[in-house]
Amino acid sequence: MHRSIESLIRESDETGRSLATVVLEAEAAESGVPAADIRARIARTLSVMRSAIDEGLKGHTRSPSGLTGGRARKLWENGPRILGPRVTTTLARAIATLEVNAAMGLIVAAPTAGAAGVLPAVLVSVGEFAEMDEERLVDAMLVAGGVGGVIAHRASLAGAEGGCQAETGTAAAMSAAAVAWLHGGTNEQVATAVALTLQGMLGLICDPIGGLVEIPCIYRNASAAMQAIAGAEMAMAGLDFPVTADEVIDVMGEVGRRMPSAYRETAGGGLATTPSARRLVQLQPRTQPAGISR
Amino acid sequence: MVSLFDILGPTMVGPSSSHTAGACRLGLMARAILGGTPQRARIRLHGSFAATGEGHGTHRALVGGLIGLAPDDLRLREAYDEALRAGLVWEFEEVDLGDDAHPNTAVIEVSRDGDTTTVRGASVGGGRIEVTEVDGFAVALGGGYHTLVLLAHDEPGTIAAVAGMLAGHGVNLATMRVDRTGRHKDALMTIEADEPIGDEVLDAIREFPWLRWARRIEKIS
Repeated sequence: MHRSIESLIRESDETGRSLATVVLEAEAAESGVPAADIRARIARTLSVMRSAIDEGLKGHTRSPSGLTGGRARKLWENGPRILGPRVTTTLARAIATLEVNAAMGLIVAAPTAGAAGVLPAVLVSVGEFAEMDEERLVDAMLVAGGVGGVIAHRASLAGAEGGCQAETGTAAAMSAAAVAWLHGGTNEQVATAVALTLQGMLGLICDPIGGLVEIPCIYRNASAAMQAIAGAEMAMAGLDFPVTADEVIDVMGEVGRRMPSAYRETAGGGLATTPSARRLVQLQPRTQPAGISR
Repeated sequence: MVSLFDILGPTMVGPSSSHTAGACRLGLMARAILGGTPQRARIRLHGSFAATGEGHGTHRALVGGLIGLAPDDLRLREAYDEALRAGLVWEFEEVDLGDDAHPNTAVIEVSRDGDTTTVRGASVGGGRIEVTEVDGFAVALGGGYHTLVLLAHDEPGTIAAVAGMLAGHGVNLATMRVDRTGRHKDALMTIEADEPIGDEVLDAIREFPWLRWARRIEKIS
């Protein structure tokens, strides 16, 4: 995988191959797996993403903790009131996947389970609105994966290491790149979409209530999906950002490293330690620990 | 090395790549190192695994892995029932392994037909794992390769003999690591390979007179 957005783009510019092809060929060379097999596996990954969204929107899922379930359907049925249908639909889809995740359903961790709602919501929605065929969406997944690989190398993907900016921030940056690319953005615009989106996610702490990836996670996935669309929209309009994508990624890594541990998935600070959160967690029936089974 | 599918995956049963998918893989590794589904398991959980494992399905995922359920198997939700059917008896304990231990560490003691093995490992993020100890020997196994674990008496030429045997069968080595209790005492060798390690290689290695035991660990998904 590439270690900078800059090198990814340089290789694409110099060889005349698309970003998707550059990422695909690098993966094929490193893993020894034929490119066609990699594409097929990504297509299967996409179908799992769709299934999770469909499952979540039915509204039947409930997490064992009782904290989440049914919210995606509520938004799906009640919206849109303020935003256009495209954005509201995307938000509902992001929440749907995270609700399925919390209920121990099947999802794709891209890049992590806690941030699993963003990329599917954005890709499925944009694919639907722009009537993209499946092969184009596979290409977009490759672009997203290439961006995620750079962030994994330069910063972090884990909330426990870098806060929520590392998880949903990365998911948003990956999604923004995919959307800009799908809409025919230049390599420069794809990079700008990454920078614009990730700068909007900087500093986001990871403070799950009860230590569970449920609340605020489901809502943060929705916010991240919106941030991704906004970043792509601004980049596609030709807006610039004075700091390069690689530099923004490095800053995200630096902020994460300097973040107190209370804000890194320990439930030791932030929303997790508010009186409301403590009350909510106390109200949940504590299931019996597994203990000894005979 | 990070693969594209570390970023666009794993496809898994929620809710947490580190606490659910990683835990399941640790269970799978302990099972593979034992060489089959255990009859008994004692699982000690440290740090974040102990603190938030319950809500993340960590216990179920570990038990599911021990009976061979993959991270994307929906039966992980009912792993306890499945495990009872598979004849597994298990118990969990919380343990403090100290500040140096990774926050998502499990120590899994498994036994089957009189064989017992203890595997210590951590879920290091995104569903990836690292097994750091097998029966007290230091190892570094991620489960992403075809792996061979050998316990042998420490003799000169052992490493060359094993490496030569694998090379002779076209098996390319990715990593190799040796740890020993002392000179001319027990030595544990772990080898991660790109190709599957066939029965004939394993049988041939088992013929080495100084070998105590050899276990093959299939690459896990």
